[in-house]
Amino acid sequence: MTRMTGTAVTQDRATPLGRAIVAQAAMEVRLLFRSPESLLVTLGVPIGLLVFFSVVDVLPTGDQRAVEFLVPGVLAISVAATGLVAVAIQTAFERKYGVLKRLGGTPLPRWGFLAAKGLAVAATLAAQALLIVVIALGVLDWRPAGGAVLVPVAVVVGAVTCTAIGLLIAGVLRAEATLAVVNALFLVLLVISGVTFDPSALPEALASVGRLLPVGALADVLRVAVAGEGVAVGSFALLSGWGLGATALAARTFRWEP
Amino acid sequence: MSLSSALRAPAIEIAGLTKRYGDTLAVDHLDLEVHRGETLALLGPNGAGKTTTVECCEGYRVPDAGSVRVLGLDPRRDARRLRPRVGLMLQEGGVYPLARPREMLHLFARFHADPADPDALLARVGLADARRTRFRDLSGGQKQRLSLALALVGRPEVVFLDEPTAGLDPAARRMTWGHIRELQDDGVTVVLTTHLLDEAEELSDRVAIVDRGRLIALGTPDELTHADRDEVEFSARPGLDTADLAVALGVGVVELRPGRYVVHGPNEPTLVARLATWLERHDVRLGELQAGKRSLERVFLGLTDDSADDALVTGHGTAGEDTGGRQRSGAVPRGEVGA
Repeated sequence: MTRMTGTAVTQDRATPLGRAIVAQAAMEVRLLFRSPESLLVTLGVPIGLLVFFSVVDVLPTGDQRAVEFLVPGVLAISVAATGLVAVAIQTAFERKYGVLKRLGGTPLPRWGFLAAKGLAVAATLAAQALLIVVIALGVLDWRPAGGAVLVPVAVVVGAVTCTAIGLLIAGVLRAEATLAVVNALFLVLLVISGVTFDPSALPEALASVGRLLPVGALADVLRVAVAGEGVAVGSFALLSGWGLGATALAARTFRWEP
Repeated sequence: MSLSSALRAPAIEIAGLTKRYGDTLAVDHLDLEVHRGETLALLGPNGAGKTTTVECCEGYRVPDAGSVRVLGLDPRRDARRLRPRVGLMLQEGGVYPLARPREMLHLFARFHADPADPDALLARVGLADARRTRFRDLSGGQKQRLSLALALVGRPEVVFLDEPTAGLDPAARRMTWGHIRELQDDGVTVVLTTHLLDEAEELSDRVAIVDRGRLIALGTPDELTHADRDEVEFSARPGLDTADLAVALGVGVVELRPGRYVVHGPNEPTLVARLATWLERHDVRLGELQAGKRSLERVFLGLTDDSADDALVTGHGTAGEDTGGRQRSGAVPRGEVGA
């Protein structure tokens, strides 16, 4: 390694922030795809649900065809899987293994690290959403009536909300506890938030809890949008509220050191 | 600070550094300067405050009192300017278990404007063959070497190495020492923590001995080991009857730690002859005999012990530097010192 000597070494050095953030985001995406558990949750579960229940019509989906009901729900589940489940688990273990601390000692600033995480979630989610829409349109004969603008917007807001909740959980709980809590939460959201079947099939109390949770609200926004019925204002406000609350809380409680 | 004084500033200036965790005073009014291009070893038992001191320099800890400047900058307030110029090696690996050495080094290289060539660096630390092995599958030595490479990839002016050879076998330690010497040749300022006396003696320009958060000695290895004329040090089997020996020699004898003895008498032929006679009479085989120059171990044990009893305490250090209560009890893990 050649070195600079003398006075040259005392100068400030610029950090190539853009390059650093993209490299960090690429690393996160690679690691996600390297872990079979993460892949199962982020891709396997949503697409498996979509294909299986579209083909086997056993779910109570009201008077709609199963696929019409499932696509928005599965998009919402994907957002929760990538933004909440994967981010929470990955981040919690990054802290446990001292990765967050080590990265904190590099020129990559903390906000840059969080930006990279957001970028990695965005890239993964874009691939997932594309895959879901392509399968739905091409194979399952899905015919949306609208939502070309609203769906991407809702997915982004939902992703920010879920990522903030994921970071909130990962920042507060031990890695093992995060793993358990997040998986349980995912299962609960799957069942009571009306993402795979019409929540009116549930007891009313449970259904209303499900509707108040962020994933239920996101599914509702998406479903109204693809039905060509405009903006579900109440659900959208609820989703955004969750996002703001979780972000504020995560910013206060997040810990970087093991 | 003017530009010219910034240029002349020492690499590291620590003044009155104090840091406590709850009731434990981890660092206690520590003053220390490290010159540019110098290698300084922070030597001390586990829990002495070495890691806390280094982590204050790295910006991980906020001092409760006192100040720390690295390259004339505040490690926290000026982190954005300082990070590109500093390399660090933490005790924990800090690497994703599923990441591979090559991609980690390339990632860290992307954080710097003018990094070292990651592949060349990988070869230099002997990880070329393991470049695609997942971090969790690397051996302890390979993990340490990757950690070292990650500290160097940004071509730092100052590197902090926290226990760089912990858990390494002797061959791997020598290899790491070789890398550290290359850094010295390149003019890099190196601060390393260690509880290994030979490591401190071998690598450093100056040794700072810390114990219970205080700086208790500072100097070149030669200065620190320069002996009093009236002291002879020897090693033999542990548990000799020092009282009887003292009577035979007519001067005081202390067992510093099991098997290591200091005779407080002038280094003269008659004293050595009496010692030899006593050893013969008790059928004791002599290990080492040293006079004129003290071992760094002698310096260390002499400085960090409050009483002869303390010197006899053995035990194995646990991880958890700076968090254990050892520094309060004085039950320092002697077993590791001078290993």
